Amino acid sequence: MNALKNPRILGTLAVLVVIALTPLAFGDENYIMRVITVGLCSAIAVYGMNIILGFTGQLSLAQGGFFGIGAYAVGLLTTDFDWSFWQAFLVGVVGTSAIGYLSGLIALRTKDEYFAIFTMAIGFIIFLIISRWESVTHAHSGVNNVKFPEAGDIVDFSNPTAMFYLVFVILLVCVYITYAIRRSSVGRTLLTIRTSEDLADAIGVNVGLSKQLAFAASAFFGGLGGGLYASVVGFIGPDAATVDKTFEFLMFILVGGMGTVAGPLVGTMIVTFLFEFFQDFQAYRFIVLGPVIIALVIFAPRGIVGYLGGFIDRRARKRRIGSIRTNGQSRSDGATHTNASTRAGNSADTATTTEEEK
Amino acid sequence: MLLEIRGLGKRFGGLDAVKNVDLDVQEGQVTAVIGPNGAGKSTLFNLIHGFYRPTSGSVAFNGRDITHSSPHNSVSGGIARTFQTTHLFDDSTLLENVLAGRIVRSKSNVFDAIFHTPRHRRESALNHDKALEALEFCGVAEFRHDLASNVPQEVQKRTAVAMALATEPELMLLDEPAGGIPEEETTDFGNLIRSLPSRGVSVLLVEHKMSMIMDLADTILVLDHGQKLAIGSPAEIQSNPDVIRAYLGSTKDEEN
Repeated sequence: MNALKNPRILGTLAVLVVIALTPLAFGDENYIMRVITVGLCSAIAVYGMNIILGFTGQLSLAQGGFFGIGAYAVGLLTTDFDWSFWQAFLVGVVGTSAIGYLSGLIALRTKDEYFAIFTMAIGFIIFLIISRWESVTHAHSGVNNVKFPEAGDIVDFSNPTAMFYLVFVILLVCVYITYAIRRSSVGRTLLTIRTSEDLADAIGVNVGLSKQLAFAASAFFGGLGGGLYASVVGFIGPDAATVDKTFEFLMFILVGGMGTVAGPLVGTMIVTFLFEFFQDFQAYRFIVLGPVIIALVIFAPRGIVGYLGGFIDRRARKRRIGSIRTNGQSRSDGATHTNASTRAGNSADTATTTEEEK
Repeated sequence: MLLEIRGLGKRFGGLDAVKNVDLDVQEGQVTAVIGPNGAGKSTLFNLIHGFYRPTSGSVAFNGRDITHSSPHNSVSGGIARTFQTTHLFDDSTLLENVLAGRIVRSKSNVFDAIFHTPRHRRESALNHDKALEALEFCGVAEFRHDLASNVPQEVQKRTAVAMALATEPELMLLDEPAGGIPEEETTDFGNLIRSLPSRGVSVLLVEHKMSMIMDLADTILVLDHGQKLAIGSPAEIQSNPDVIRAYLGSTKDEEN
């Protein structure tokens, strides 16, 4: 129940509830539902970027490529090979994770900007394979009539609202996984690497292995988002795997807030809507969006969610200083002292959780 | 013997940073390494802990050869270290810093975290208790919710020790633990280091504050130009003519 007093968790839940209710408002408008559902698919991939970039501090630019692999695995397997969606989805996600793990073996030998360049090259190679290997991927003619998920007679996933809820539930799982990682020693391991690899090494963190697993996890989420995307839109072309896609994801996570639980979702939904809103302006929309992003990076470098989180932290710290002062007065008495410190410890615990749940 | 160093050497290009060093660290003792700047003290630490690969010689810990093990393996094997320039996670609280030291003793994985297994819950509670205990032992528990960048230098230094302590080491390598601490506080800090062996943590330290070393150490190794100049008790070292000429004499002049 303590969790409900935590403004961060409350905020995240509020965002999720709002999104869960969108079909009530737009249920009849297929186009809007599809835009939202595609946004959620991107958000899932952005959660992958959050693990490698937000938590571990490694700028991976292969995410668009992983998204593309997931999308094409589902696309090609359900059409040319006539597999069921679920089989194709499973193979797509596992395959993307495996490709992520293997490419990580080489990519993670590089560091910092070299890692960024190397992963961008991986993303570009994936795009090239998809857009040129015509006999397998149909290149620019794309893949048509990707299957909807099968569910017997229970749910009809060709209904946009049903599809929305399927993607939404998977997104919920991603949000929860991010939250669980964030507050566990696994998350702490990744965060130590982000802050200082040398120090992480010196306190016993297996830096290489941790980065490797984080990279594979980011590929896993990329494949997950891509696989769902293929089924949601029904038609995919090579633009599902472009490097532009990666930078789109990067913009989502920058706007929302790296390393936060709600950031990827908030950023993705806001920017997706801004894109839609300015769609009539075509390429000119960046004249408006560009300055917005620059302003954001200057004034809220930790993104919208990071900015709000900082605000919550400062308030919590002020409160804590107040409560420590009150406790301090009863220090002279031995017995009360123990009590006071236990109490301080308890209130402190909630505070720590607050901090850990950014 | 806890730590046995035999003929350890490291060449950087044509320079012998450390050459043919032998050293035994006894369990339950405080062993100090002293020497002028550039004598190879920090290099020696980096060799023991695995940051550098030695070009010759061997290091054994508890009878096991660790010459080529990497730092994180050294830590899980029971050797913790602190750095000369205090290394902490600046944007985290002291408690979070020390909790990071618990990572190496945590066995729960992503799936434990996701499914909130009993093991994960047990371990989180244990880590929290151990981290608090380490902070208390080092006398900085009251600062546990302050950001590492906001506390005084001495508190940072003590937190670095607490973080090392949280990894449950048998041997702690302290690289100038009292550097940057005001003279009047070094006695207190010395007491903290002196109390480590009573917890079953033996200490190997590099320090420049001679008065502190003489009170603290059971055995002192004097390095000069990467080689052993002398080894012995503080009294033996103080009366060793070679040491006085190479180190004590000259530093005294510089320091006063």
